[in-house]
Amino acid sequence: MIADYIIPSLPLLLVAGTSVVVMLAVAVRRNHSVAFGLTLLGLAASFCSAFFVPVRQLGILLTVDRYGLFFIGLIAAAAMAVAVLAHGYLAEREGNKEEFYILLLVATLGAMVLACSSHFVSLFLGLEVLSIGLYSLIGYLRERPLPVEAGIKYLVLAASSSAFLLFGIALVYADLGTMEFSRIAQLAASGTNLHYDLLLPGVALILTGIGFKLALAPFHMWTPDIYQGAPAPVTAFVATISKGGMFALLLRYFSQSRLDLFSPVLVVFSIIAIASMFAGNLLALFENNVKRILAYSSIAHMGYVLVALEVGGQAGAGAVIFYLVAYFIMTLGAFAVVTVLSPRERDADQIDDYRGLFWRRPWLALGFTAMLLSLAGIPLTVGFFGKFYIIAAGAATGAWALILILVITSTIGLFYYLRVVVALFQKQTETEAAAPTRRRTAPAAALVLSVLTLVLIWLGVFPSPLLRIIQAAIHTLL
Amino acid sequence: MILLWLIVVLIIGGILAWAVARAIPLLSRWISVVAILLDLALALYLAVQHLNAGPWLAQADWDWIPQFGIHFHLAMDGLSLLLVILTLFIGLLAVFVSWREITTAIGFYHFNILCILAGILGVFLSLDLFLFYFSWELMLVPMYFLILLWGREHRARAAIKFFLFTQISGLLMLIAILALYIAHYRVTGIYTFEYAELLGTPLSPLASMCIMLGFFAAFAVKLPVFPFHTWLPDACAEASTGTNMILAGLLATTAGYGMIRFLFPLFPNATRTFAPIAMILAVIGILYGAFLALSQTNLMRLLAYASISHLGFVLLGIFASNALSVQGAVMTMIAHGISTGALFLIAGLLEARTGSRELDSMSGLWDTVPRLSGVGLFFALASLGLPGMGDFIGEFLVLLGTFRGHLIFAIVAACGVLAAMFYALRFVQRAFHGPNLRQLHLPDLAMREGFVLGVMIVALLWLGFYPQPVFHTFAHAANHLPALWR
Repeated sequence: MIADYIIPSLPLLLVAGTSVVVMLAVAVRRNHSVAFGLTLLGLAASFCSAFFVPVRQLGILLTVDRYGLFFIGLIAAAAMAVAVLAHGYLAEREGNKEEFYILLLVATLGAMVLACSSHFVSLFLGLEVLSIGLYSLIGYLRERPLPVEAGIKYLVLAASSSAFLLFGIALVYADLGTMEFSRIAQLAASGTNLHYDLLLPGVALILTGIGFKLALAPFHMWTPDIYQGAPAPVTAFVATISKGGMFALLLRYFSQSRLDLFSPVLVVFSIIAIASMFAGNLLALFENNVKRILAYSSIAHMGYVLVALEVGGQAGAGAVIFYLVAYFIMTLGAFAVVTVLSPRERDADQIDDYRGLFWRRPWLALGFTAMLLSLAGIPLTVGFFGKFYIIAAGAATGAWALILILVITSTIGLFYYLRVVVALFQKQTETEAAAPTRRRTAPAAALVLSVLTLVLIWLGVFPSPLLRIIQAAIHTLL
Repeated sequence: MILLWLIVVLIIGGILAWAVARAIPLLSRWISVVAILLDLALALYLAVQHLNAGPWLAQADWDWIPQFGIHFHLAMDGLSLLLVILTLFIGLLAVFVSWREITTAIGFYHFNILCILAGILGVFLSLDLFLFYFSWELMLVPMYFLILLWGREHRARAAIKFFLFTQISGLLMLIAILALYIAHYRVTGIYTFEYAELLGTPLSPLASMCIMLGFFAAFAVKLPVFPFHTWLPDACAEASTGTNMILAGLLATTAGYGMIRFLFPLFPNATRTFAPIAMILAVIGILYGAFLALSQTNLMRLLAYASISHLGFVLLGIFASNALSVQGAVMTMIAHGISTGALFLIAGLLEARTGSRELDSMSGLWDTVPRLSGVGLFFALASLGLPGMGDFIGEFLVLLGTFRGHLIFAIVAACGVLAAMFYALRFVQRAFHGPNLRQLHLPDLAMREGFVLGVMIVALLWLGFYPQPVFHTFAHAANHLPALWR
């Protein structure tokens, strides 16, 4: 029993257990640092355990394989970064701080479950655990109008998208009589008792639900508002962990259910990918709010990953995972800078907040520049190699149209990244320079940002170790 | 191994220069000088030791990203050697020039300069197409910062324009490289970016043409070739002097090098089909650049257009593809790097003294700065192709080579030489001759400035009177670039 079930699910249990421990600790005595420390400890334990636990199928709901463990590790590491950022951020703000970590752990657990689920039931469970954590995280600063508005918006939209997802699952179940991803592939391949008029709408509705979570066009409308309204560390969470967990699930669902055999699905994916790349990059051009720019850019990046997903096969899956890792690093880094710069009363989301940053706080500005250049896909950064991987995978299968669109749209994307970079390096007039706000970066946040920057460049120059790990992970998937 | 050091020394120097700048700004300048000199010594050592060693003077090959068959493969032949030395020479001068001009963020400036130089050396040395692309793009970001941070009034626009032009064309080249990589895989079943193995990959005429155009796009923007040139005058008008020397003098050579090294050997048939179009563009560029240079009032813009005109000869020479014309193109690249670099330097010195880049605000400067004016006249004459200087040899050989097979192009291009006379002399007359209207009293050439320009004069005269070492070194490389000569 222990060896069969408890040990393989240790990464998940540790996170779940930590949330309970933090809750009990808060009940005994409120202390921000204790809650933060326990959270970090739990996440670190979960991260480490992901390296050691044996690979096993847990019932029919969860598959703990190399692939799932890889994403669990990634999510745990990202959650640690978010927790560190949140610690400095919350310390300066009003209200109780400790519950934030409980919610953070719960939402992280949801994302981890998604990464391991190979069944519609666990998919839905993971998704709801993640979403419910997020509703309250987004509206955590409940005295302020923007976060509350964003929280309610997210609640309404996420709930309705869950409804779509559930209905889609029901239709697929009605047709095939199973909710296991691998069984779906078998039944679809055998071709008996198939009613495409039930199955296809079902898959379409499921993709709608997933597309909403990933903020793919045309389901992207919520993204800029939520990104802008949510506290900066929570935005980082929404952008990375929530989407990463969902994409981990989508890749597993896509490859195990052999969705690539349904040609209508591929057509729909192409349309969604192209729409996301264009919508994200074009809409970002008209924004002056850095958080909204990052929101639109994340839509475009999900479009790029979708291109890789559609390419399929070993190369496509590898490109998806590599790009997601790159996306985690650069997005977390970008939001780390936003968090660090945010004054007490609001988030630093206006482009004016960044003007001349290089002349005031050069290291912070250079870190942010590295993140933006990586998002733009410039060499020496992990973002470049991610794009290279996607383009190479696409070229190998001859998906020239998608690649060309990727190249064109990512050049459009350069405009708005460079606009922020130009602002960072603008020379200030003397009156502006005299204005105070000379704040020091909290050491913990500085550490997170420097680690992310170093990893960004390290993986941009030497991607092979990561490539090796990824290849081992997808080995079990395909 | 020395080849790796060539690049690493520059990067370490850049990091050191940046690190010490806050404490001792002057040390940062000297570290850059020492790093470049060290590199120059290494390059000359290679030249002396191995010049007759075989096709490659030196090689270094490591696995880099084995999953994709990417190697860290550096190699140097005569052509790379010439251009590496040119790069380090101009880079050294660019550091000297910035001694007075750059006063803010000194460390970051030198870091960027040294990174660009490292990127350019990477381009000249890489024999793995992925590494080549990587180095190609590595030049981009530091140059963007150089324009953005130390430029003039409209620098942000110019910097973004430069970035976009280069990035779009670079991405087209990346797609082309990948297409070649996949095509090679389909035939042989091996994933590799290795230059030697990709040579002779069988391609259908259409595929070959498309892939070749992808490469050409990147080179055409960087050179720059006529319709893709608009970023250069804008960037030159805004950037600082040292940046301009690299921008107009060195980035163009990377494009010319790319054409000689990759375009012709990899796609011999497609380039031959495409040659007439490229030569038409070259001739248009020669005339168009010259005519626009005639009507510029901003000195930096004038030089940028003049440089577009000269670089037209490089394109013409390469695509005329016979022994004479290609030698001429290489010579033009080198001489142009020096003479245009010197002219930008003089423009920068004039700007530092008169406080303006406008020709209208300079007049009769010969009275007050005779030595500077004399040197200005010298380089203007070099630029219009006076015999005895490197530019003449280069352009003359290009015309001679082109004349053999493409009479019309040679005739039209020769008119460009004529036009060069007008804009070069117009520059001399407007700036140095005439009455000293504003009654300016300016300091003449200082020691360091005089030394730098003196070195450049010597180099240019040497190239003009005794170009044999250059041809000899290049001939050494040309032997294994058979596709160049039909």
